[in-house]
Amino acid sequence: MRIRNLVGVIFVCVLSAGAGIAATLDDVQARGKLNCGVNTGLVGFAAPDSNGEWAGFDVAVCRAVAAAVLMDASAVEFLPQTGKTRFTALNSGEVDMLSRNTTWTFSRDVDLKFEFVGVNYYDGQGFMVPRDLGVSSATELDGATVCIQTGTTTELNLADFFRSNTMNYEPVPIETNAEARQQYLAGSCDVYTTDASGLAASRATFENPADHVLLPEIISKEPLGPLVRHGDNVWGDIVRWTLNALISAEELGITSGNINELASGTNNPEINRLLGSEGNLGEMLGLDAEWAKRAISAGGNYGEIFDAHIGESTPIGLARGLNAQWTNGGLLYSPPFR
Amino acid sequence: MATISAPPKASFALSMLLNDTRYRSYTFQFISLFLLFVAFAYLGSNLFRNLADAGLNISYDFLGEPAGYDINQRLIEYTSQSTHMRATVVGVLNTLLVAFLACLSATILGVVAGVLRLSRNWLISKLMAIYVEAFRNVPVLIWIIIIFTIMTAVLPAPRAFRGDDATASMIFESIAFTNRGVYVPSPVLGSGSLAVVLVFVLSIVAVFFYRRYAKKKLYSSGRLLPVFWPSLSLLFLPSIFAFFVLGQPVSLEYPVLKGFNFAGGWTVRGSLIALWFALAIYTGAFIAENVRAGILAISKGQTEAAASLGLRPNRIMNLVVLPQALRVIIPPLISQYLNITKNSSLAIAVGYMDITGTLGGITLNQTGRAIETILLLMLFYLLISLSISAIMNVYNKAVSLKER
Repeated sequence: MRIRNLVGVIFVCVLSAGAGIAATLDDVQARGKLNCGVNTGLVGFAAPDSNGEWAGFDVAVCRAVAAAVLMDASAVEFLPQTGKTRFTALNSGEVDMLSRNTTWTFSRDVDLKFEFVGVNYYDGQGFMVPRDLGVSSATELDGATVCIQTGTTTELNLADFFRSNTMNYEPVPIETNAEARQQYLAGSCDVYTTDASGLAASRATFENPADHVLLPEIISKEPLGPLVRHGDNVWGDIVRWTLNALISAEELGITSGNINELASGTNNPEINRLLGSEGNLGEMLGLDAEWAKRAISAGGNYGEIFDAHIGESTPIGLARGLNAQWTNGGLLYSPPFR
Repeated sequence: MATISAPPKASFALSMLLNDTRYRSYTFQFISLFLLFVAFAYLGSNLFRNLADAGLNISYDFLGEPAGYDINQRLIEYTSQSTHMRATVVGVLNTLLVAFLACLSATILGVVAGVLRLSRNWLISKLMAIYVEAFRNVPVLIWIIIIFTIMTAVLPAPRAFRGDDATASMIFESIAFTNRGVYVPSPVLGSGSLAVVLVFVLSIVAVFFYRRYAKKKLYSSGRLLPVFWPSLSLLFLPSIFAFFVLGQPVSLEYPVLKGFNFAGGWTVRGSLIALWFALAIYTGAFIAENVRAGILAISKGQTEAAASLGLRPNRIMNLVVLPQALRVIIPPLISQYLNITKNSSLAIAVGYMDITGTLGGITLNQTGRAIETILLLMLFYLLISLSISAIMNVYNKAVSLKER
């Protein structure tokens, strides 16, 4: 009798399946917070400001999505990820989306089963050298010691670049941006290489930024963008079109200053559709009509976000370059809202 | 009159599994084991189910694909076109190199510090106490970073060696200490150098046999042959003789400043030095305590008995105390060696490309195969650690007390 009880107790231990990972939108809304994976600290892109609030170009995308989905741009839990942890974090469901200057590549998209929803910064790998090294081109770097941030596509680009130019180099792998900075400034490497935007961001924090030059060669294409997991197209669409809304808003002249005025109705049907006074785009997305209005109000349109965090008026001082609207000769081109 | 009949033969009943103390523990062990299996099966099935849900699979095919990245310190031929597997092997060799160097230096440092801490000289014993307490009680990662930072900040960059107004110069015109590492001359083996190397190897064997002969002589006739000077001359004189007779076939290649860096000779990179020194002095402090414990475990009577026989203090230490103390020292020493090997995985802090840096770092990143690489990494560390354990256990058996 007691034996039977015991056996019963043992079989109470029932195997239960792992929780499904579909329907991210429902999870986020039930939680009331968006879990967003960001950089561990890259000034301008994602770093806590003096009040401990996360701010930056990548952070703004997270806030726009939170505003669209949760009606509150501050309902974001920022989970800093290193180059190593980011993909596991996204795959395991620890974060709902990753906005962490991540390069869109074939193998990440296809083999690692992610969905890149678009490009929010067109970047390329560059080199920074001290001015007094007297180097004016990356092709003069034969035999140099190069600091690389490990865990990125930069290692592969670097190996390819030196191999195709039949030059030798000594790679010094470095875990974080802060360590790279220390090594580079102490002269234990001649060159620091990473994405050109990252170099500009690092240089801005140097004591004498003018003593360092970025070499003209850009040796790779690095389209950086937010990404989500494969298999949840509804959630992928939300993040994709939130990013597109920010880009379209700039193209259409919607700014955080005039958005309330424009939202009450204009004679431009695309603005009306985007801001919800016409059509039912929000409903198609599973959100309400004003989703895009909230997303744009959160930090302004793409151009405003760029200028506020990494533009020429900031210490980072990046020009729009490739990241200008297509109408201004850049690559930013949002599909139409209709 | 009562006859005592044999007690009834208890037949095994199921209820005895709970009520009989002879069987009860088996029941509970079985239940525990079963629950353990269930827990692991749950974790495993959870992993595979989630991977399948995400459309991923466990595959080690990536090991055969080109790695695409370069590694600065490689003990075997490796280019960016080599496979991930080869990059892994490069990493394993780097791990083994730093672990070997650190184990060796930590042992020397530990034995010296442990013996000196028991010295009757107040200053020396206190200094050793400070060394042990300071290094044992600060995490090894901090020491790695401190040494590395000091090296990069204090030593000059290779640029400082250039030009007429160079602010730094090479020591003996052959060794350069820079913040990238230390550049030392390397031997170049010309024709006939094989003979010199062979002579040197033979000398080592000869020294070994001479010491055995001296020991035998001591035990059989009581005559103490000189050991140190004959060993030293046996070790070097034949080689030096062969070197000159064969027309100096081995020459040195000196490092010279070329382009951005020194070229030629051997480069001992700053990352290796920092990791090696930090592991050695940190673990050395622990070994010093093991050695001290081992020596204190030998009863004072042994020392006094040896002294009354007229042995001098250093002979008492070498012949009486240390051989017995080793029995106490070796088992904890094994775990210190394992600690060094495992702690070497902190290498990435200074960019030393050990196995965690290659397989568990760049390969993991480039392929995104986190679970596969981590499993492989665990397997490698397990194999390395178990091998060290096995070798040290053999040695422990050899020195342990033999009861006859």
